[in-house]
Amino acid sequence: MASAKEEILARIRNAKVPPVAPTVRGYDREGTGGVELFAERVADYRAIVHVVTDVPEALERLKGKRIVAPHDVPAEWLVDGVTWLHEPLTIEELDQSDGVLTGCAVAIADTGTIVLDGSEGQGRRALTLLPDYHLCVVRVDQIAASVPEALQRLEPTRPLTFISGPSATSDIELNRVEGVHGPRTLEVLIVG
Amino acid sequence: MARNPVTWLGSPTFPKAAHEALADTQLRQNLRKATGTIRGRRAAAVGEMTDWEQLRVAGEQIKDDVLSRLDTLLLQLEESVTARGGVVHWARDAEEANKIVLDLCRAENAREVVKVKSMATAEIGLNEALEAGGVHAIETDLAELIVQLGDDRPSHILVPAIHRNRSEIREIFQRRMGVEVSDEPADLAEAARVYLREKFLTAKVAISGANFAVADSGSIVVLESEGNGRMCLTLPETLITVMGIEKLVPTWQDLEVFLQLLPRSSTAERMNPYTSVWTGVTPGDGPQRFHLVLIDNGRTATLEDSVGRQALRCIRCSACLNVCPVYERTGGQSYGSVYPGPIGAILTPQLVGDMHDPQAASLPFASSLCGACFEVCPVRIDIPSVLTHLRAEAVEAKGRTAESVAMAAAAWVFREASRYEKAQKAGSLARFLARDGRITSLPWPGSKWTASRDVPAPPSESFRAWWRKNRG
Repeated sequence: MASAKEEILARIRNAKVPPVAPTVRGYDREGTGGVELFAERVADYRAIVHVVTDVPEALERLKGKRIVAPHDVPAEWLVDGVTWLHEPLTIEELDQSDGVLTGCAVAIADTGTIVLDGSEGQGRRALTLLPDYHLCVVRVDQIAASVPEALQRLEPTRPLTFISGPSATSDIELNRVEGVHGPRTLEVLIVG
Repeated sequence: MARNPVTWLGSPTFPKAAHEALADTQLRQNLRKATGTIRGRRAAAVGEMTDWEQLRVAGEQIKDDVLSRLDTLLLQLEESVTARGGVVHWARDAEEANKIVLDLCRAENAREVVKVKSMATAEIGLNEALEAGGVHAIETDLAELIVQLGDDRPSHILVPAIHRNRSEIREIFQRRMGVEVSDEPADLAEAARVYLREKFLTAKVAISGANFAVADSGSIVVLESEGNGRMCLTLPETLITVMGIEKLVPTWQDLEVFLQLLPRSSTAERMNPYTSVWTGVTPGDGPQRFHLVLIDNGRTATLEDSVGRQALRCIRCSACLNVCPVYERTGGQSYGSVYPGPIGAILTPQLVGDMHDPQAASLPFASSLCGACFEVCPVRIDIPSVLTHLRAEAVEAKGRTAESVAMAAAAWVFREASRYEKAQKAGSLARFLARDGRITSLPWPGSKWTASRDVPAPPSESFRAWWRKNRG
């Protein structure tokens, strides 16, 4: 008897679907948005946005809290007065922290999206998921205008998380409500 | 072969189910409110895109390209997933897919698994199959949870509990979670968060679907809102993803089209809160065992139909449901399938693959052919054309019926002018059955027609007779 794989492939070939012409990409692949649009669209999701010049100064807001930070965030971000939690951390420790501070890989102005890829200053995916508060630092040069531009900058085989605002649901009467399983508060620092 | 669980066993035909649903005023009120809200928001989200039509065309073309070389792309996907430490399984039908997943759960000694909302697993009846095998699947998407706790059936692709309003949801949560909660959506979401937290933190196995799989990189993509998806895709040691074979895109670049089309079409957002992308296994981050189950379950048969195969372009956004005047009034459960609404009316009968099944064969008729579904479809599926195509198939499968005999007789009458005139004269006698110019019940076989509509009374004299008398 043929394996499921062989049989499915044979059925597909048997359907004899004719080849098609190459895809026409007549849509806008560039986009024009920058910092301003990005800030506006992040705020539309009811995230908190600040444009700052001095990150350590802006991090004063974390004073007195227990904050998770990947080991490779810039040393100047680890300001005094904060209890910094570093890996290795258990799921319970992450769950019981007050928040997490990370950088990002890319951001998208058109959609107000932040993308994490687990590289420098971002840590593994669970770090930005279990704490109820996520403070994300976005450098201006990390902001791509459009979705196509952002995807071009990303390496698809890395573990990627696209974040557009705090966790939300539209499941009750199709209206968006913020705050379900992911961080209920998202705060973004755009460093100009 | 076992029956395809894409339709629910024992469901009445669409007209019968719709007749009952129409009497439920609460249901109609809930649906009118929810679909009305989302229609307006979608129009705004799409309206701000100047290149929406070009994106739709590209979406259509990419998906048609996938269907034209599906065998090659599936092999490419298998190779890239395997190279990154994943294991790929193939399943011809629901039964085979369910067995694969159950065996994988058993190998992990899992008695309880967490699930991300997935149409593919709903289609194959995975939860029921797991339960029968001693594994309890917990739905973690809010709407799926409402359906599961309410011992209910889904009624919408994106929001399976769309037929429930906030006070009904509150009642279900209080009864099943044993908590006091208000009917404020924020409080209801909080109750779900608390209820599921422990499950997420302790689950060893998660099961998900996939919105897209990228053939050339082996990356799998899941779009979601609540973070329950991220929980399932990140915390457990083992991840099992079940996916229809048509969910592919050829390259990473192709996602730039669908990541713009899907969120605006489904939840009417510029972007959904969370999208996760993973490729096989990443050491030190997320599940260290990854299984991908590719299911056919009627898709290759659908692929053979040159008109019907475009249904396989569907990216499950549910925009067509939200604009459909029939869906808005009958609700999703009347379609007797996990795929309701216009897309369900063309996808379900094709997946079932048997037009002798009266329930499946009734679905292509669940439409007024108004075309609103085609207009909003982000991958330009011409649903009205497929509906009429499938209607023809349904009629053919029915063979000789009272209707087909009557049509054949009518054709015979129309072929000769003299027969036609005689028939008109005889027909004018029917006016004696009319009251206020309308006939509400004809004798058999005309009763088949008047069972669902009135007939205007024929005039006492035909136009041809009048012309001959006055102008001839």
